[in-house]
Amino acid sequence: MRRLLFATCLVSAAAIGFELLLMRVLSIVQWHHFAWMIISLALLGYGASGTFIALFRTTLERRFEATFAVIALLFSATLVASYIVGQRVPFNALEIIWDPGQLLMLGLMYLVFFVPFFFAACCIGMALTCQSSAIGKIYFADLLGAGLGALLVLGALFVIPADRAVVALSLAAVAASLLMTNQRLVIVQLLWVLTVSAGIPQSWFSVQASPYKGLSQALEVVDAEVLSESSSPLGLLTVVDSPTVPFRHAPGLSFNASAIPPEQLGVFTDADGLTVITRAAGDAGALHYLADLPVALPYQLLERPEVLVLGGGTGGDAMLGLYHGARRIDVVELNPQMTNLVFHEYADFAGYLYDDPRISVHTKEARGFVARTGRRYDLVHIGLMDSFGASGAGVHALNENYIYTVEALQEYLAITRSGGFVAISRWIKLPPRDSLKLFATAIEAMRRSGIDDPGRRLALLRTWNTSLLLLKNGAITDDELATIREFTRTRSFDVAYLPGMAASEANRYNKLDEPHLYLGAVKLLGDDARDYIRRYKFHVEPATDDKPYFFHFFRWSTLPEVLALKGRGGESLIEWGYLVLIATLAQALLAGVVLILLPLLNAPRTWPATTGLRFGAYFSLLGIAFLCIEMAFIQKFILFLSHPLYSVAVVLSSFLVFAGLGSAASTGIVERKTKQPIVIAVAAITLLALFYLFLLPAVFERFMGSPDSVRIAISALLIAPLAFCMGMPFPLGLSRVAAVAADFVPWAWGINGFASVVSAVLAIVLAIELGFSAVIVAAVACYVLAALLARSVDSN
Amino acid sequence: MIRIFVAYVAFFIAAANADQGFDDERAAMVAEVQEFAAEIGDMKSGFSDRVLAALGEVERHRFVPLSARRHAYENRPLPIGYGQTISQPYIVALMTELVETDDDDVVLEVGTGSGYQAAMLAGLVDHVYTIEIIPELAAQASDRLQRLGYNNVTTRLGDGYYGWEDAGPFDSIIVTAAASHVPPPLIRQLKPGGRMVIPVGGRFVTQLLLLIEKTDDDELVTRQISMVRFVPLTGQH
Repeated sequence: MRRLLFATCLVSAAAIGFELLLMRVLSIVQWHHFAWMIISLALLGYGASGTFIALFRTTLERRFEATFAVIALLFSATLVASYIVGQRVPFNALEIIWDPGQLLMLGLMYLVFFVPFFFAACCIGMALTCQSSAIGKIYFADLLGAGLGALLVLGALFVIPADRAVVALSLAAVAASLLMTNQRLVIVQLLWVLTVSAGIPQSWFSVQASPYKGLSQALEVVDAEVLSESSSPLGLLTVVDSPTVPFRHAPGLSFNASAIPPEQLGVFTDADGLTVITRAAGDAGALHYLADLPVALPYQLLERPEVLVLGGGTGGDAMLGLYHGARRIDVVELNPQMTNLVFHEYADFAGYLYDDPRISVHTKEARGFVARTGRRYDLVHIGLMDSFGASGAGVHALNENYIYTVEALQEYLAITRSGGFVAISRWIKLPPRDSLKLFATAIEAMRRSGIDDPGRRLALLRTWNTSLLLLKNGAITDDELATIREFTRTRSFDVAYLPGMAASEANRYNKLDEPHLYLGAVKLLGDDARDYIRRYKFHVEPATDDKPYFFHFFRWSTLPEVLALKGRGGESLIEWGYLVLIATLAQALLAGVVLILLPLLNAPRTWPATTGLRFGAYFSLLGIAFLCIEMAFIQKFILFLSHPLYSVAVVLSSFLVFAGLGSAASTGIVERKTKQPIVIAVAAITLLALFYLFLLPAVFERFMGSPDSVRIAISALLIAPLAFCMGMPFPLGLSRVAAVAADFVPWAWGINGFASVVSAVLAIVLAIELGFSAVIVAAVACYVLAALLARSVDSN
Repeated sequence: MIRIFVAYVAFFIAAANADQGFDDERAAMVAEVQEFAAEIGDMKSGFSDRVLAALGEVERHRFVPLSARRHAYENRPLPIGYGQTISQPYIVALMTELVETDDDDVVLEVGTGSGYQAAMLAGLVDHVYTIEIIPELAAQASDRLQRLGYNNVTTRLGDGYYGWEDAGPFDSIIVTAAASHVPPPLIRQLKPGGRMVIPVGGRFVTQLLLLIEKTDDDELVTRQISMVRFVPLTGQH
């Protein structure tokens, strides 16, 4: 039994590790939202495994150990094969609207990545089915493996590249195979170990980015070359030099600029999202172009300000601050490898920018830094943190973002000195989306902070491709208005909103068919703002910490009009992120019907139809509820742990490990024949989850200033009892099923796996529409329903 | 030998028929593009006859890879390798219309790609100068344009940011590869009264067209032209 538990643990660790690794690699090869969809659909292999085991149960049970060994080996082999083949499928996400043939390629990618997950799930499902007396322990090993696997892979990606990680995962899977007795397989197992360790050419593992990503295109240019690469779970950073056709990244540079940017190195994140390191070799004249960027405006309004730059990236905004005479600049950047480029690797090129005594660099998450800094600033500056292309295609819609929420803007204002400014740059889309949503968010933030005249404190500028929003801590003065007007006039920038401006000022230099931003800003400040937001063709309602989807602009009511405009520009209005989400849900449901429901209806069964229906509903509800709570808590803890990776690592591993312990404890409960254990576990889950909804904000506020280690420990302690209880209903239910309808066990495993995939999508849809608190409430409701179903089965 | 000759003749007959087929497809594409143009705010009367004639004359199938020929006359962008595309005919026509060419104009194109846009312009102006940064594309486009008899097009491999000082100033400039800002040297090489157009967006989707007009007094006026008639923005929900 111990060998089986260890093998299950290894398979589970390798499977979740592979999932996280694929997310990383496919985000480089493709784009994040398509990577997410491909992996979600591939995870349906978990659901399909239940069907497979149910249909071949007798055969599998007869030679359980030998079959487990074969299937674990197949998992190991297909894990590597799918990694190599999947990257080479010529799927072009950008062409999908023009070329239906791309859907076939997409389907091929699903299939390629489906196979290893199917085999991994077969191993675990077989263990649960064939060793039903130890369900609690096996589920414990499964969850423990998943928790440790997630932690290990997230940590490993800081130190080893993806190709080495995939080999390690494959070896973990083959180790699981070796643990199970199958003498005839030993030679094959060892041969595979040799092959995967040293027999596959290294070039087969190399990550091939789409030719349409920024990095690929930059490298097509004559003489362009990669200088260095560094990888972490936060992204793959690639530094490129292009001496013959230099990078000249200066978003929104005035048409009237007399100077152009000096030499720059391109820095690509996940093969896209260009930022640059600008050469600063002591010649201040080379940086004169910085005076003609829209973000130079705050420096015209403030004298030698103390500045906080959020999302400091490769130092462009810090350089801007120094050029304009800032007295002190605190640069906050999440990714240590990004700051390292300027601090060490290319310090000489960047003119030792980060060694300047006026600059302090903080490798922190922006909101966490703002919450804990005791300092106040004259200027809080948030530059362009995403690429124009990604912004334009709406691909960030599924990404939570806590930088542009109402609460975030309130906090920025709170650390801004009286008379100081918060300055936020955004790319402009046409028709406007981001800039209007940000303006609405600023109004809401000011109103919530007790400011009743936001219209006197806001200014909005636009160039042909960027906007700059200024929020002042105080009313904008006449002198400042005159400075803004002079700044925009001399650089041919347009004023989109100023206190008291006339409509005729709004559309002078970069003419739109109508002054959309000005009209929108006036409406948003007026009494009928709610009505305007409701009727606008894109979703511009302010994002909040509970619904942190700033980049969600999609509206169903606009879709038919957009689709009708295909071929004549309408495709530029498609907000891909949300559509991909819904497409994933639809495909997952369809696949669930084909892979689980139809075989289930046609399979021979020993249980009454109503019992089967209740069992099915029970395990569906558990699958949905578990993942919903897990995902919602990851989000709830992001701000507290001040790092998305800490949150994923701490919350995910805590949930899995403590749920595993709960599962192990359930074995004793079954043996002691405790009455209504599921109802008791669900009652505890309900109480804890709802209690946390109210308790967490107070706990977070109390310990926000504590060191990382204390906050991590508090997070784990808070999650432990909830996760412990959440680990029980599945094995308790499965043990019950094993006792009354043993041949339903694999179906339960498959249904639960399928529901988990659907849940990952549903949770995001719910969070976008109603917020993460609603996700938790919905999950609790699912648990309660599941408990009621369990009771009804018991009473029958 | 006779078999080879027969096969050779058959190939040419087939090729001629194929081109005949493309003529019909090209005419259909021109009609579709014209229909779409009528729906854009600025172009209610559709494209001018000059632009439509140029669109109808340039054999787009000769500017796309062999594997994409069957799609050559669909109103869509197509991959041409090296992460680049040949633009959607509708966008090419729109950009050509917006620069308002005359027969004696000298035009600069930054981003040759397949050479299709340059070929369109070649039939409308005196001379086209075109710059490409990807060596393979520059060589292919140069060969192709020469082979097809576009003798008033000069191609060059290099950095388009600084324009083509020796050949300027230009009556019109088309920048097919959008950057984070409009290169000031290009603005300087635009004649007073000249027009520059820049498509903004990705390789397969154009979000808007940026039109920069230099007045006779050297002042700049830019217009951002939405690709679609998509108003009012606050419809009833």
